[in-house]
Amino acid sequence: MSVTTETLQTVQSVTEGTYKWGFETDIEMEFAPKGLNDDIIRFISARKGEPEWLLEWRLRAFKAWQAMSEPRWAAVKYPPIDYQDAYYYAAPKQRPKSLDEVDPELLRTYEKLGIPLKEQEWLAGVTTSPDGTERAPVAVDAVFDSVSVATTFKERLEKEGIIFCSISEAVREHPELVRKYLGTVVPPADNFYAALNSAVFTDGSFVYIPKGVRCPMELSTYFRINAKGTGQFERTLIIADAGSYVSYLEGCTAPMRDENQLHAAVVELIAHDDATIKYSTVQNWYPGDAEGKGGIYNFVTKRGACRGARSKISWTQVETGSAITWKYPSCILQGPDSVGEFYSVAITNNFQQADTGTKMIHLGPRTKSTIISKGISAGRAQNTYRGLVRISPRAVGARNFTQCDSLLIGDRCGAHTVPYIENRCMSAKVEHEATTSRIAEDQLFYCRQRGLSEEDAVGLIVNGFCREVLKELPMEFAVEAQKLLQISLEGSVG
Amino acid sequence: MLKIEGLTATVDGKPILKGIDLEIPSGEVHAVMGPNGSGKSTLAYVLAGREGYEVTGGSATWDGHDLLSMEPEERAAAGLFLAFQYPVELPGVGNATFLRTALNAIRRARGEPELDAMQFLKLARQRMRELSMPEDMLKRSVNVGFSGGEKKRNEILQLALLRPKLAVLDETDSGLDIDALRIVADGVNAMRGPDFAALVITHYQRLLDYIVPDRVHVLMNGRIVRSGGPELAKELESEGYAAIQARAA
Repeated sequence: MSVTTETLQTVQSVTEGTYKWGFETDIEMEFAPKGLNDDIIRFISARKGEPEWLLEWRLRAFKAWQAMSEPRWAAVKYPPIDYQDAYYYAAPKQRPKSLDEVDPELLRTYEKLGIPLKEQEWLAGVTTSPDGTERAPVAVDAVFDSVSVATTFKERLEKEGIIFCSISEAVREHPELVRKYLGTVVPPADNFYAALNSAVFTDGSFVYIPKGVRCPMELSTYFRINAKGTGQFERTLIIADAGSYVSYLEGCTAPMRDENQLHAAVVELIAHDDATIKYSTVQNWYPGDAEGKGGIYNFVTKRGACRGARSKISWTQVETGSAITWKYPSCILQGPDSVGEFYSVAITNNFQQADTGTKMIHLGPRTKSTIISKGISAGRAQNTYRGLVRISPRAVGARNFTQCDSLLIGDRCGAHTVPYIENRCMSAKVEHEATTSRIAEDQLFYCRQRGLSEEDAVGLIVNGFCREVLKELPMEFAVEAQKLLQISLEGSVG
Repeated sequence: MLKIEGLTATVDGKPILKGIDLEIPSGEVHAVMGPNGSGKSTLAYVLAGREGYEVTGGSATWDGHDLLSMEPEERAAAGLFLAFQYPVELPGVGNATFLRTALNAIRRARGEPELDAMQFLKLARQRMRELSMPEDMLKRSVNVGFSGGEKKRNEILQLALLRPKLAVLDETDSGLDIDALRIVADGVNAMRGPDFAALVITHYQRLLDYIVPDRVHVLMNGRIVRSGGPELAKELESEGYAAIQARAA
């Protein structure tokens, strides 16, 4: 008699073929030979024309990685990964020197994804999302497999002293900044995947916001895995100098393939005195099909350091894709009165698995953190919130508020909440709230009686459930995220 | 015309409706009165298609549509509206979003153009003024933290916006003070006309002072035991259901 059975069927009825980002681009690529060893790392480093210190850094990370084993504590299951059976470098053969030289096929790829790389289009105000709504200009760094193919609005940003480029370019043009900060938040041997990334990372974005500058537009990186049999190992480094502000968004998609592909990124954020970094993610990697075949393994280390007094780092993530998500965007709250925030929506359908959450490490006095996590499970999916709130003895007057809500659709999925709290400071205040609910039969019936289809009703209720998080997204992306949530539950996420 | 013939239904295997016959022509308002447990709400839910209310026999048609074979949203598109006895809360879903989504779903089904946010707000504000509803009720989550009276007024606002052809009001008067009752009744009366029919379900005669019905039916133990004009409601009020039952038996 339960309506959720019917919902479940609706959710499952539209399955394969609706992941509309699943197309493949046919373009001439250059690959490094399959496998992982010192020579491959030397190859990657040479291809990118890197200085000796960075090659040494990579080789040290590789050595550390060889001695490590995959973490097994997360509530995710997958067959062993053969790390020798993948390409670690795949790049379009034609390397553009400027935006005008970008391969038209690549431009078309990003246009199809709704990410125009032609600044004129943004500037002319004719840019519209695939759904027809207008969007404000956003500076974009487009990463295609292993390399950045284009970065827009660089000159306009340079006028403000802002550096926004691929990390490869930053290594060449701003080596002192890269060397000063790279690996200082996520050390090369931090964990298995971070070590792997440090050894073989190929591209990603670099952002530097100078003192007192408020970045005049949203910065965004769009990651696309295209080539078969490759992993993507991007590295992003964002530094907000004293008194600056930046809002950054990343988006990700990949073609539909039967094989699992590995995405192991590292993101490091550094906020100095009075600086604010707002980092938003709309993660929509291919999740695999309705039977759980294929999809991206998204094993990512993201961490921000609030080094300065009154600095603030805010993570917002909408995780709808990937076969497996293993990801804990974290904040190290060193500066007195610094603030860390984590707003997360993780939605899993069919056979998707997500083990995601955050770590808030309170070191400085009066540091404050907020965690709002919304997990939604449908199909046979498993969704785990895993979080750590650690308050050190010096973090006098520190405060944390955590709220974890889970929503279940159907009776074959699971939701789990694993909060760790370590408080070594008497004056700190830590609050934790958790709820688990189902979409109630009466809510669905109420909506349907008013003329909504069952799918629309589920979408509306789920969006309501996630509202506290969605409102943290930059406005331009909030509408898209809402639609994505709905599509995910219709079954397109697999 | 709503035409119900020999309708029987069970809930959790237990017979609740035991053969209902009822006809409501367009342009008329009929009241169904009855004591607790007589099957009033079951009748409302069966007509609207709620899961768990299983039809075991008979038929119900609306303007020739076989209601019982339709999904709840199809019945809504065909013009059926149910004002809930206990309006449901939708946390995080803005009332304006909900109302506009519902209105556009119905308009789509009728082949009318959808309203954009501005057009909708203009219309909604006008209807709210008519119902003396504070405008902030549009910004709040659907029915969350609403008082009993606010919830019922929100139902009537939906009635006024969706403009159904057949409204079933399930104990819309319960929990209302006299002022709210008047507002709710005004909202329903404003809908009256040749293309509108209503089934007003109530326990008490009080509501019928404000929404004067064309016919009154007494539902007891899953059957309609008496039908009459508006005076029947007064008779019930003074004599009680027990007397009616004794006479019907």
